Amino acid sequence: MPNLKDLKNRIESVKSTRKITKAMQMVAAAKLRRAQESAEASRPYAARFNAVMAGLAASVGGSDSAPKLLRGTGSDDVHLLVVMTAERGLCGGFNSNIAKLARAKAYELQAKGKTVKILTVGKKGRDAIKREYGDLFVGHVDLSEVKRLGYTNAQDIAKDVLSRFDGGEFDVATIFYSKFVNVVTQIPTAQQIIPASFEDIEGDDSGAVFDYEPSEEAILADLLPKGVATAIFSGLLENGASEQGARMSAMDNATRNAGEMIDKLTIQFNRSRQAVITNELIEIISGAEAL
Amino acid sequence: MANTMQFDLVSPERSLASLEVSAVQLPGADGDMTAMPDHAPTITTLRPGLLKVEAPEGSSEYLVTGGFAQINGDSLSVLAEKAIPVAEVTRSRLDDLIAEARTSHDAAKEGQDQSVVDDAAKLLADMEALGTHMSL
Repeated sequence: MPNLKDLKNRIESVKSTRKITKAMQMVAAAKLRRAQESAEASRPYAARFNAVMAGLAASVGGSDSAPKLLRGTGSDDVHLLVVMTAERGLCGGFNSNIAKLARAKAYELQAKGKTVKILTVGKKGRDAIKREYGDLFVGHVDLSEVKRLGYTNAQDIAKDVLSRFDGGEFDVATIFYSKFVNVVTQIPTAQQIIPASFEDIEGDDSGAVFDYEPSEEAILADLLPKGVATAIFSGLLENGASEQGARMSAMDNATRNAGEMIDKLTIQFNRSRQAVITNELIEIISGAEAL
Repeated sequence: MANTMQFDLVSPERSLASLEVSAVQLPGADGDMTAMPDHAPTITTLRPGLLKVEAPEGSSEYLVTGGFAQINGDSLSVLAEKAIPVAEVTRSRLDDLIAEARTSHDAAKEGQDQSVVDDAAKLLADMEALGTHMSL
């Protein structure tokens, strides 16, 4: 049985842990609101963008002159997986869930004999995948210095991805991120960005026939690279909200566990204190009786 | 005939304006155009320039650096990569944008693709013209 002093120290240390997790939870809650706001603010753009693209893609997509970004390179031998995770840990299963999904995909593709290349965004995902697929890394984007995610961050990543595509480094690109549903639910998602697919997006159903200036093909060629940036940007924002949500619930759990632990330790502490007192009394009484 | 139409100006980061307007002048890629209610449905890309919005409540201007506009008969959506209300545009901010365009122009020059160089040069020229136009 641990002595009283040890127990007391233990209780103190759990208490200070609880303070930290509680503080982290509150910080995450504040950040979550901000992240959620920016995720919501970006939705109108993405929604309209995709609606226009879906319409354009439907009318141009079939032809041979369609841009490569839409049509693909004609093969799907080399896959680029863009794995977007957080820069920090302590957010429950957030990072590992994304990494798990990416690993499963990499495994599946390799089993089919495809070549897999991995581009990581965010340190934690990189660490999680490094052991198994470290030799497949082709690049890493560090966002740890970024205070507030902007569209330019997404543009930089998109530029990197597009230049690799133009260089013929891969045929298909998929981004991995976590979709934010609510504080307790985040869904790790894989989304193919190159070649672009708009099958599951509702086109503009107004039925209007649009005039295109300059031309359909020119607009499409202009918009497709932007589409990549837009997809990455919404992925990053969803990720931001998911990360904070996951951290918030993880820290909430941790705070509660610490509280339970403190209760248990306090009971144990009191019991042993009482045992010590009883022991001393018995000694005194039996000492008195012996006289 | 409706006198106004729904106008939305959105950038990837936020939605900048959403109101009823009577006319909007757009810096289209093939030249400026003004969209009024019942305009023929059109999708056009934008070059860097000024977006002039005329609403019954008053007019406003925005600087856009590119993007595209979707005109329906009864609504107009402008999806700009970067949009700044003109009142907030300063010479130094414009200089930043010009510098950015120049960097991409220089980068394009190193490549082989002539059309990319031309595009970048046009972007740069548009940016510079914008400064003169706004008399900054």
